[in-house]
Amino acid sequence: MLAHFSNIITVFLMVAGLFIIIARGNLIKKLIGLSLFQTSVYLLYITPGKLIGGTAPIISPQYTVYSNPLPHVLILTAIVVGVATLALGLALAVRIREAYGSIEEDEILERDHGVEAEEAKEARS
Amino acid sequence: MAISVLAIVVTRNLFSVIVLSGAYSFLMATVLVALDAVDVAMTEAAVGAGISTVLLLGALHLCKSLEAKPAHKPWLPLAVSVATGALLVYGALGLPDFGDPDAPIHKNVVPRYMKNEVEVPNVVTAVLASFRGYDTLGETTVVFTAGVGVIALLRRRKQGPEKASGDA
Repeated sequence: MLAHFSNIITVFLMVAGLFIIIARGNLIKKLIGLSLFQTSVYLLYITPGKLIGGTAPIISPQYTVYSNPLPHVLILTAIVVGVATLALGLALAVRIREAYGSIEEDEILERDHGVEAEEAKEARS
Repeated sequence: MAISVLAIVVTRNLFSVIVLSGAYSFLMATVLVALDAVDVAMTEAAVGAGISTVLLLGALHLCKSLEAKPAHKPWLPLAVSVATGALLVYGALGLPDFGDPDAPIHKNVVPRYMKNEVEVPNVVTAVLASFRGYDTLGETTVVFTAGVGVIALLRRRKQGPEKASGDA
C-alpha cells in the first residue's frame, strides 16, 4: 500500500477537482476546480519518472542515476497549455457576466427560462 | 497540501479561494522539486502561482467576489466523485511501484535521450527543443488560438445591435 501512496494522493486531488466542477455553480470556482484536476494530472505523470536515489536530469560527471526526463517535457507543455485554456475560460466567464449580470449557473439558467416563458406568452397573446 | 485543497472546496469567498490556490501551486512546486522535476517546478511556480493568480484576480475584479450558497445538498456529486476515486485507486494498484527502476517508463526511448546526443547538459531542454520540437509548435498554436479567443471575447464594441444587452 505504501508503494502506491503517491498514486492515492494524486487520486485525492483529482476527486477534489472533479467534485468542485460538478457541485459548485460559480463559474470561476469551476475553473479553479479544473486547474486542481490539471495539477493532479501533473503529479500522475511526474511520480512514475522518479527513481529512488536519482537526481534531476542534468548530465554531470558526479551523478550516474537520473530521473526520467520525458514526463517533465510533456508536463512543461501541459502547464503552458493549461494557463492558456484558463485564460480563455475566464474570458468566457467575464463575457457571460456582461450578458447576464451573474456568473452563477442557477441564475443564468433561471434567466434563460424566464426569457423563454416571456416569449411564449407574447406569442400566445 | 490536502488542507489547502479542502479549504478551496469549502471556502465561499472567491478572493480567499484564489489566494489559497496560489499557495497550493507553490506547495505543488515544492513537491515537484522533491520529485527531481526542477524545470517543471520552476514553470509551475511562475505560471501556476503567478500568471494564473493574476488572471483569476483580474476576472474577479470584473465579477462578484462572493459565491452563492449551493441550492441543494451536494450528495449526488459527492457520490459520483467518491465512486470515481475508488475506481481510480483500484486501477492505480496495478501500476508499477513508486521508484521502481524496472518500470516500463524507463525502458523504451529514455536511455537514448540520456546519451546526450545533442550535447546540452540539461536533458529536459534537449528533449523539448530537439527531439520533441513539434510539441512546442502545437503548444504555440494552442496559446495563439487562446489569445485570439480572449481578444475576440473581450473586445469592446463601439456600437452595434448588441448594445441593448445592458452594461456591455
